[in-house]
Order: sequence, then C-alpha cells, then structure tokens
Amino acid sequence: MNTSGHSKAITKLLLHLHPKKVNSQAIKFNRTFGLGGIAALLFVILFISGMLLRFAYVPSVKGAYDSIIELQNEVIFGQLLRNLHYWSGMLLVVVSFLHVIRVFYSQSIYYERRKNWLYGLLMMFIVVFSNFTGYLLPWDQLAFWAVTIMTNMLSYIPFVGDSLADLVRGGNEVTETTLLRFYHFHTGLLPLIMVFLMSIHFWLVRKSKGVTVQNCEEKTMLDTHPNLVYKEVVVALIVIVALLLFSMVIDAPLQEKANPLISPNPSKAPWYFMGFQELLLHIHPGFGIFVIPVLVTVFFIYIPFINYPELNVGKWFNSEQGKKITIITVIYAVILTIVVILTSEYFLDLREWMPNVPVLISTGLLLLLLYFVPAAAFLYYLKSNHKAVKIDLVMALFTIIITAYIVMTIVGSLFRGEGMHLFA
Amino acid sequence: MKMTKLKSNRRTFLKRAIYAVLSLEVLYVFTNLLKKNNKDESGEGMFDAGNINFIEKDKVYPFGSAHFYLSRMEDGGMLAISTKCTHLGCTIQFNNNKDRFVCPCHASAFSKNGEVLSPPATRALDIYPISIKDNKVMVDVHNPIRRNKYEASQLTYI
Repeated sequence: MNTSGHSKAITKLLLHLHPKKVNSQAIKFNRTFGLGGIAALLFVILFISGMLLRFAYVPSVKGAYDSIIELQNEVIFGQLLRNLHYWSGMLLVVVSFLHVIRVFYSQSIYYERRKNWLYGLLMMFIVVFSNFTGYLLPWDQLAFWAVTIMTNMLSYIPFVGDSLADLVRGGNEVTETTLLRFYHFHTGLLPLIMVFLMSIHFWLVRKSKGVTVQNCEEKTMLDTHPNLVYKEVVVALIVIVALLLFSMVIDAPLQEKANPLISPNPSKAPWYFMGFQELLLHIHPGFGIFVIPVLVTVFFIYIPFINYPELNVGKWFNSEQGKKITIITVIYAVILTIVVILTSEYFLDLREWMPNVPVLISTGLLLLLLYFVPAAAFLYYLKSNHKAVKIDLVMALFTIIITAYIVMTIVGSLFRGEGMHLFA
Repeated sequence: MKMTKLKSNRRTFLKRAIYAVLSLEVLYVFTNLLKKNNKDESGEGMFDAGNINFIEKDKVYPFGSAHFYLSRMEDGGMLAISTKCTHLGCTIQFNNNKDRFVCPCHASAFSKNGEVLSPPATRALDIYPISIKDNKVMVDVHNPIRRNKYEASQLTYI
C-alpha cells in the first residue's frame, strides 16, 4: 500500500496547482508582481470572513443596520472581522484591476491565452459586481444612496434599461427586496460562479505552460518547491499581516441608518464607479452608461483577436518604443482628460447654446467628439511622428481609456464636494 | 495557434442547439423568479394633501413621506411633483432661497413646475395625477407620469 502517496492530501493538492518545474524567468517577482496569486488569496480571505459575518448579519431593512452595530460593539473581534472583510474586498478590486493591466502590458493575452483574457475580463466584472452587492448590505446612508444611484444608471440603457433596473432592484426603488436579492447574490451565487471561473482561469494558465516569459536562449528550469512556493508563502504572509494591521487601525465606514427621504449631499457611488459618475456629470447618460461602456468592452474583448505582425509575447510594452509611447500617452491622456473636465465644467453649456438640438446630440455626441477628436489626432501623431506600429496604437488607445477612467475616478472621489461642485 | 474554422455537422449543431435552449430556459426561469416580487406594489390609494383653501398660490408644500411636493402656481394651477430626481433617483429638496428644486447628488436643478434648470438631468420631474373631491386635493401617489417638459395642460385647477 502506498501510504506516502496518500498522506498530506491537502498540501499535495495545493502543490498540484503548480507544475513540478518552473522557468526561472517566470518566478521573478517583477514578472507578475504576484497579482493573480494575491487576488486568489484575497478571495479565500473574503470567503472565510464572509462566512463568519453571515452568522452575525440579518438581511432585512429592520435588522441589517442594527446587526452591524451589534457586531461591531458586542462581538469580540467583530469590528476587526468586518474591517478585514471590507478592506480585503476593496483591495481585491484594486489587485484585480492591476492584474488586468499587468497581463495587458506584458503582452500576455495573445494566441493560446486569448480565451483566458476573456475569462479574466468576466472575473473582473464579477469582482466588481460582488463588491457592489456587498456595498448595500450595511443598509446605511452610504450604501442606500450609492446603490440607488448605481441602479438608476442602468435605466439609461436604451429599450431594456427600465425593466433591467427594476429587475435588479425588485421594484422601482431600493427596498427590502433589493437587500435580500443583493444578499443572495453576494453570499451565494457570485462566490459560486467565482470558484468555477477561478478553476478555469488557473487551468488555462497551466495549459499555456505557466505565466508568459519572453522567448530567450537560455532556459533554466527550477524545482517549483521550494523556489516558487516559498516566494508565494512570503507574499501571502505579507499581504495577510498588512491587511490585519490595516484593519486594526482603520475602521470600515458606517454612516447613519438608511433614510430614503434624505439624500446626503453629496451622494457618491462606490469609488470604483466614480469614474462613471464623473462621466455622467458631463455627458448625456445614454452615452455615459451605454454607448461608451459598450464600445470599450467590445474593444477590450477584441484586442487579442487582432493580427499583430510585430508582436513580442511576454515583452513589457512590446518594445522600448512601445514603452516610450505608453509614457507619452499617459501624460497626454491625463492632461486631455483634465482639460476636457474643466472645459465642460466651467465653459460649456451646450444645452443653453443649442436649445433646439436634441440633448442626445448636444450633450452627448458633441461632447464625445470633444474628447474623441484630440485623442484620434494624438494616435495619428504617434503613427506619423513616432512610427507607431499596430500594437503600439492599440496599447495607446487602451492607455487613453484606462488613464481617463483613473483621472475621472480621482476627480470624482477627491475633488468634488457639496453639490458635486469641483473644489467645493 | 490557428483559429479553428467553424465546422458544423449535424451532431455539433444539435448539441449547440440543445445547450442554447437549456441556457435560455434557465435564464427565463431565473428572470421570472426575480420578477416575482415586483408586481404587488402598484396598488390603489389616493393621498390626501389637505383642503384646497389652505394651499396658497405661488407656494411649494413638501409631502416627504409620500414622495412628492405640491406646487401651486400663481394662477392657481397645481402640480404634484415627484421627489425622485430624473437623473439618478436621488431625493430632491426645495430650496426656498433660490426658489427651485435642487438634487444633492449631482446638482441638477428644477424650476417650480419641475422643468430642468440645470443639467445633468435631462427631463422634467415626474408628476402625479391630482383630483379634487369635496375641496380636498387627492394625489394618486402610485401612478407617476413621465414627461419630458412642462406644459400648461399638466396643471390641475379647481
């Protein structure tokens, strides 16, 4: 009987997630920054702390808020548990986002990895959706109004928007039905879907022979254990300790109990949606909620299916030139976005100037062009003056989109105060 | 890796068709499950906003718990204006100093008849039908009326 083969089942199962040998290039920390692994670790932390929180939480309008207060004040380590769950959730959004950025700029989404890019995008969506459904559960003012705003954003989707928003909320306002619905999504369906998607995601990485490395002459293979495993353990421990320390010092926010009669001033969506909310301050909702997100999503999905003659798989920014172009693009996009935001805030009043033109055109299409034309001109400039090749241009476009979203998120979250006025 | 060409014979076609039908079935059942709770809220019932003689002209009265403002114009016409901002659903407040409705969330502003004074909102505030019975102003708070802009025909007179 082979006892050694059957002992330490859990340890060995975990080790089987890895191949026996790994490329020495693949396990350098700055190859991946450990982002995928950290995201997986955060999922486990969230799963465990979430399971514990379920024992304290009451999913009803009457009980939710009080159960959180009780958890924080009466239960030993209750506040810490909630903080840990909250901050892990927020960190997961950040880490997943950085992971998307990392695989994109290190050219790790092409050929056999195309499918995994799509699964990755889907998981990014589920991560945000999970965080958002969890956002409502404390049933405080912050939660109630953030979800009111967000679900109302859905209603601007043409034709199906209103019924979709009603479907998500279970009515035309945020009520107990919504709370219960979000609770079940958050603690049941979404984690389950996530487990499936994670399995597929990991398996596809294994199928593509691990993380991407550049094709190089000397290829040294090392034993996974201990070379990779030790690194992973160290990173995991650092993340856990950092999260615990952070959670001990900084409490998860909790405002007054939700009151449907009074919107706080200002009311803001969760920070990761603040880019959208900022966009909505300037552009017609039909564009902000529907046209632009759909175009961006289609573009993201399409990226790995374009045929690039000059592709260097695994090379950061594809080439030295690509790196230079990306840096210029970031600077340009930051300036352009800020200029357009300020122009639209202080100088433009398209609705007043063109009272007879439909708002869809005046505050929609025209405003989009105001951003689109300088961006397109910039891409043309890159092509003619920096001899940018196809992959460089796609990277530049991706960079513009991501930078614009980050700038809008920062402006919306940090620089808007009362009445959503700038610098108020 | 080359992209595999879409090859379809009878077997794969049938397989895909069955998967598609099954997915649609699951989606349909799930959507219906979610819709289940939506129906029973469009109830009947009128909200009594008080005696017409106590409602002064050129004034706006809040009825917070019923989610509307009763706005009476200078000529005596009345509108029951929903407190739900048409932009993203926040609760608007009437600002007495500026004589307008203001949304705290994104700074949309509406005039006393609910028309958009400043964006981001794109259409006028919803109104509720008003009827007058025995000098009482009755507001049908379950049936908001969507409108794009204010028109004189929306006013209710005695």
